[in-house]
Amino acid sequence: MKKYLKIKYIPVFVLLLVFAAGLPSGAMHIMEGFLQPVYCIAWGVVCVPFIVLGIRSIKKIIDRDRKTIMLIAMCAAFAFVLSSFKIPSVTGSCSHPTGVGLGAIFFGPMATSVFGLIVLLFQAILLAHGGITTLGANVFSMAIAGPIVSYAVFRLVKKLNGNAYVGVFLAAALGDLVTYCVTSIQLGIAYPSGGFLAATAKFLAVFAVTQIPLAIAEGIVTVLIYNLVVKYGKEEIKSLDVIYGKKSDKQGES
Amino acid sequence: MKKRTVVILIILLILLVAVPMIVLGGKAEFSGSDGQAEELIMEADPDYEPWFSPVMERIFPDGIPSELESLFFCLQAAIGSGIVCFAIGYMVARSKYKKEA
Repeated sequence: MKKYLKIKYIPVFVLLLVFAAGLPSGAMHIMEGFLQPVYCIAWGVVCVPFIVLGIRSIKKIIDRDRKTIMLIAMCAAFAFVLSSFKIPSVTGSCSHPTGVGLGAIFFGPMATSVFGLIVLLFQAILLAHGGITTLGANVFSMAIAGPIVSYAVFRLVKKLNGNAYVGVFLAAALGDLVTYCVTSIQLGIAYPSGGFLAATAKFLAVFAVTQIPLAIAEGIVTVLIYNLVVKYGKEEIKSLDVIYGKKSDKQGES
Repeated sequence: MKKRTVVILIILLILLVAVPMIVLGGKAEFSGSDGQAEELIMEADPDYEPWFSPVMERIFPDGIPSELESLFFCLQAAIGSGIVCFAIGYMVARSKYKKEA
């Protein structure tokens, strides 16, 4: 019983810590006040169903197997650490990885959208990075679009019987890159000077090019962590159908 | 994954970060890419006024003191890695002692 209680507190603990410290980095999300109100609201509305489904999905995963709680905390914390790394890139500017690929691979894109929301919310409040008004747009790019791509890529590689590590690498790297591409498109829509495409291309040149080496770095880090989890965390991941396919659903319930 | 692969990956990772820094050191500012995007926006729409300012800048209207900012960054990284390492340590120790039992 005591043990059970302790495990139960981990997510609460994470949330508190995130609240105390979740501050971060300065390079990439759309800045506070830099998106016209109509876009802020529109992106916010788009995100709501994902977050609702995400919370449900996390609940379902925990109900099925309580052991996954630690892994959930770990994936959220991973996104935290990675988004605190402002890394120099070939373009002479800095940006940071998103760290959401790992969560998407283990728990799917819906659950990951909640991790991303937590990270972005506290970054916006405490570090003046991103913003409250631009939260919807940033959640969409980092916590929804990125994880969906990561998840799809990972599943695709699995389906083609590719190497799981290659799948993890591509999933994390492409998810990271897509996040910044979506950010560029969002800014292109909001500031279509010289046409939407030309504007998007300009923002892409700033965000995406800087991000390429970081995406590769994120891919490598995610592979290293994934390696540790599948090696030592067999008990935690055995109920996750993402890794083993649908048949493990029954194992998890039994 | 083989140990050798892990070592190679870690070396690659360090190179990825270190090389741009060494090659461009002194020539580039290494400012945030969102700051550059801000300049682009100002170019595209010179009259644009941000209509909301970050919460922390309301507490510190002259900008967040850099010491405090680095404190926040450290805390974020420390807490995140603390949790990640706790989980990994927990799992590694479990599989180790399970074998022995």
